Amino acid sequence: MPDLLLELFSEEIPARMQRKAAEDLKKLVTDALVERGLTYEGAKAFATPRRLALTIAGLPVRGRDVREERKGPRVGAPEAAVQGFLKAAGLASLDQATIVSDPKKGDSYVAVIEKPGQETVQAIAEIVPAVIRSFPWPKSMRWGKASAESGSLRWVRPLHSILCTFGAETEEPEVVPFEVDGIKSGNVTYGHRFHAPGPITVKRFDDYVPSLERAKVVLDADRRKEIILADARNLAFAAGLELVEDEGLLEEVAGLVEWPVVLMGDFEERFLEIPGEAIRATIRANQKCFVLRDPATGELANRFIPVSNLMASDGGQAITAGNGRVVRARLSDAAYFWQTDRGPLPDLDTLKESADKLGLDLSKPLDQRMAKLDKLGVVFHAKLGTQGERVQRIAALAKELAPIVGADPALAERAAKLAKADLPTEMVGEFPELQGLMGRKYAELQGENASVAAAIEEHYKPLGPSDRIPTDPVSVAVALADKLDTLVGFWAIDEKPTGSKDPYALRRAALGVIRLVVENNLKRSLVPLLDKHFVRLAQDSAGSSAHAMTNWCGRLVNKESIDLLSFFHDRLKVMLRDQGARHDLVDAVLGEGASANDDLLLITRRVAALGRFLETEDGKSLLAGYKRAANILKAEEKKDGEGAFAAKADLQLIAAAGLIEEKALAVALAQATPKAEAAIAAEDYEGAMAALAELRPAVDAFFDKVTVNDPDPALRANRLKLLNQLREATRAVADFSRIAG
Amino acid sequence: MPLAASSDPMNPTRSFQGLLLTLQRFWAERGCVVLQPYDMEVGAGTFHPATTLRALGPKPWKAAYVQPSRRPKDGRYGENPNRLQHYYQFQVILKPSPPDLQQLYLDSLKAIGVDLALHDVRFVEDDWESPTLGAWGLGWECWCDGMEVSQFTYFQQVAGVECAPVAGELTYGLERLAMYVQGVENVYDLNFNGLEGEDRISYGDVFLQAEQEFSRHNFEYANTEVLFRHFSDAEAECKALLAAGEADAASNDQSHKLALPAYDQCIKASHVFNLLDARGVISVTERQSYILRVRELAKACGAAWLKTAGGGAH
Repeated sequence: MPDLLLELFSEEIPARMQRKAAEDLKKLVTDALVERGLTYEGAKAFATPRRLALTIAGLPVRGRDVREERKGPRVGAPEAAVQGFLKAAGLASLDQATIVSDPKKGDSYVAVIEKPGQETVQAIAEIVPAVIRSFPWPKSMRWGKASAESGSLRWVRPLHSILCTFGAETEEPEVVPFEVDGIKSGNVTYGHRFHAPGPITVKRFDDYVPSLERAKVVLDADRRKEIILADARNLAFAAGLELVEDEGLLEEVAGLVEWPVVLMGDFEERFLEIPGEAIRATIRANQKCFVLRDPATGELANRFIPVSNLMASDGGQAITAGNGRVVRARLSDAAYFWQTDRGPLPDLDTLKESADKLGLDLSKPLDQRMAKLDKLGVVFHAKLGTQGERVQRIAALAKELAPIVGADPALAERAAKLAKADLPTEMVGEFPELQGLMGRKYAELQGENASVAAAIEEHYKPLGPSDRIPTDPVSVAVALADKLDTLVGFWAIDEKPTGSKDPYALRRAALGVIRLVVENNLKRSLVPLLDKHFVRLAQDSAGSSAHAMTNWCGRLVNKESIDLLSFFHDRLKVMLRDQGARHDLVDAVLGEGASANDDLLLITRRVAALGRFLETEDGKSLLAGYKRAANILKAEEKKDGEGAFAAKADLQLIAAAGLIEEKALAVALAQATPKAEAAIAAEDYEGAMAALAELRPAVDAFFDKVTVNDPDPALRANRLKLLNQLREATRAVADFSRIAG
Repeated sequence: MPLAASSDPMNPTRSFQGLLLTLQRFWAERGCVVLQPYDMEVGAGTFHPATTLRALGPKPWKAAYVQPSRRPKDGRYGENPNRLQHYYQFQVILKPSPPDLQQLYLDSLKAIGVDLALHDVRFVEDDWESPTLGAWGLGWECWCDGMEVSQFTYFQQVAGVECAPVAGELTYGLERLAMYVQGVENVYDLNFNGLEGEDRISYGDVFLQAEQEFSRHNFEYANTEVLFRHFSDAEAECKALLAAGEADAASNDQSHKLALPAYDQCIKASHVFNLLDARGVISVTERQSYILRVRELAKACGAAWLKTAGGGAH
């Protein structure tokens, strides 16, 4: 079976696009082949900075012949119908059609059309140019003389040549002939830009790969990555150091070289006074070099690893020296930022108003930066005001939350006021990913309380489901305040997440709140807090409109608070589901009055207790008993009407005419129900479950021995009332009807 | 460690001016008109009308020139070995972009003494965009041993107009390149004239004092009130010139008469904006609106240019 080899050779393709482009090429070409009935055995795509390549093995020489029958009009049909049939079927006259007889419908014409399968070469020659012309590059361009005309070819960068061969292993493959905007397909490629720039004639994939290797091109990006990683680790090890591994950087660097050559350089030790994260950020972002650490101390070493694309004639000395020069220049910049950020700002007198407003101390560098952030009027969101206004809100909220989380309100307020102060620093301006971390460093240097400094960094946490949750109460207060302000703000301006769109990462913020609350055991009713913050926001900004009020637990609260609460409930379900818990238990615990459950910690505890209970034999059996009772009630309520059995069972009737099991259940219910209710009220969920468990023997015995639908209507009604009491008793703990299974 | 030992003061590896002259000669030999710097303050060589305006319209164009570039925010009071608020760009524009532009660029590096068997030259993605010029293109930063020494761009749009044909633009950071080929760590140590001893003139001799004084000016002393006024004046003047140069509907000659003077005012507004930005008196929201205002001027100037002979109008 013949194979296809395709290579699109261009000027340098951005590293970040290469992998996806290779996959796109494979998918588009193979899909188009399959659509024409041309199946294949295997396909693999590759990318280097200058080429996309695709090999497809085991294609047929030509597609299958297709035989098609087209039904025509009956014999003797009007001339117009006959002509229409001939035209549609591509026949010259009726002689070319056959006549079929049908006992019911009589004789009619049928055209048999035989289409020979298309030559695969021909199919490829049609498919590839179409794929090239409509290739889904994230950004594409025009170039050269052709770009004077509209509709000229677009590619990620100028496309120079196309190699396309097709043939079996045993024969000389042929060039698949086509042309795209003046570029004729051929069997020629080119090697490394500097080591082997000349043309290389290629037959098929088997000789393509080794020919490229000889021409100093490693075709497979994963192999380039392996080479870089292995060589970098070895160089580090030889120097008694450890590579700071970085998958994102590795992937990028592998897309910048066709022939990786790993080197090692150094810089002056004095630069190590710059925070290690900043050193790494600058060397990574600007130089695309790896950094190294001392395995003993974990501190960065004054070395770096550049990956070059050249086997230099001096062994890489000049390249290393050149890279070192740039690294030093970049570190000089970082050192300048590090120094400048710790010094006073010019124009301090213009910052006084902001400082007074926010209660900042202008003798301190970080306070100055916060004042400047306020003064500049940097907008957080057009409808939610400036960063300065936002910081004031967060500070007020953090102070309010402090007693709940066990933090000193003054420290929480101070931390909140400095939490965003590093945004206008030089260092964060250059490396946004260092936000928070730099604030902490600068706070430590100006002698802030250790908890305040930590909170400046930690208030952004958790950044994702696996990120650590802060535990210092000051950090918790500010982290909660930051996220709650964000959520309340975007709820107030009605920018809620929809479907896959969540541009302000509100789901992440809500999840962060839940984790902060649950993992720090914070018991607190959420709605009153939200409510108060909605009011604070409304007072603060003219942009947010007044909100509709709604009745909640007997008092009027902001309708948005309740809406936001249900968003938290949804997030909680997702979180528990991701943790492997049954999310139907959340629904069961929330019950119908979902909005009344606004203590996230209690909800999770109750869900956990319920989950554990349902794992026990007592729990399983009670759930089964509940379901049975509920089903019977449902059926009988249909006959007698909703609420027909709402009254308590008549104990005298039971005593007089009931069975012993009936009595036992009545007694058990009378004992267990108040116990369970009291336990729930005391937030003792294990106790509530234990109380329910006590019901189990009586319930089991009841269903075993008692016929509910007794011929005596009074006994029947009384037994149904008893079952209703059972349903009510479980409802005190959770809505069992919402539990699956 | 100089790349090549040579005693000729005009050797590109020995003097800043030698480097500059070598590049000029190289591109002159490849058919470029060698222009002189535009006589206005600009943030980059792209602002020169020989690039911005000539990139528009169907007429072929090849030019090369040095352009002093002012980036008020990049001032470091002469204390940073790499950052300057005033530096030189060497600009090449070739329209339409020739098929061997990458090779031409590499040849120019060879001409100034970069041995390509010894140095790692790389084309690293860098999509160029000038929000103030309403321009964008795709291309690369050209790295030599990890240092960005040039910007390489295929213009796709300028002044809001699609480029047809596309021009290729090369921008060399001359100080960086010179530091590289001279093997100097600090820009102020560059040998400017290639001479030694008493006759040696360094980059610092020429520019250090200017960097110190202009950093003070840009960050501390520039009168922002006056600058705000200058911005409004330039903007108003640009619009007035664009209106005045517009052809009379009844006239046979429909060409625009004042595209170039109007564009000068656009350049002026852009530089004043950069100064205000360096002074930190423009808030983030305002910043965007200033950029938009300059872009509107640039777009209108581009549209006017297309109605001139240079822009290909009949």
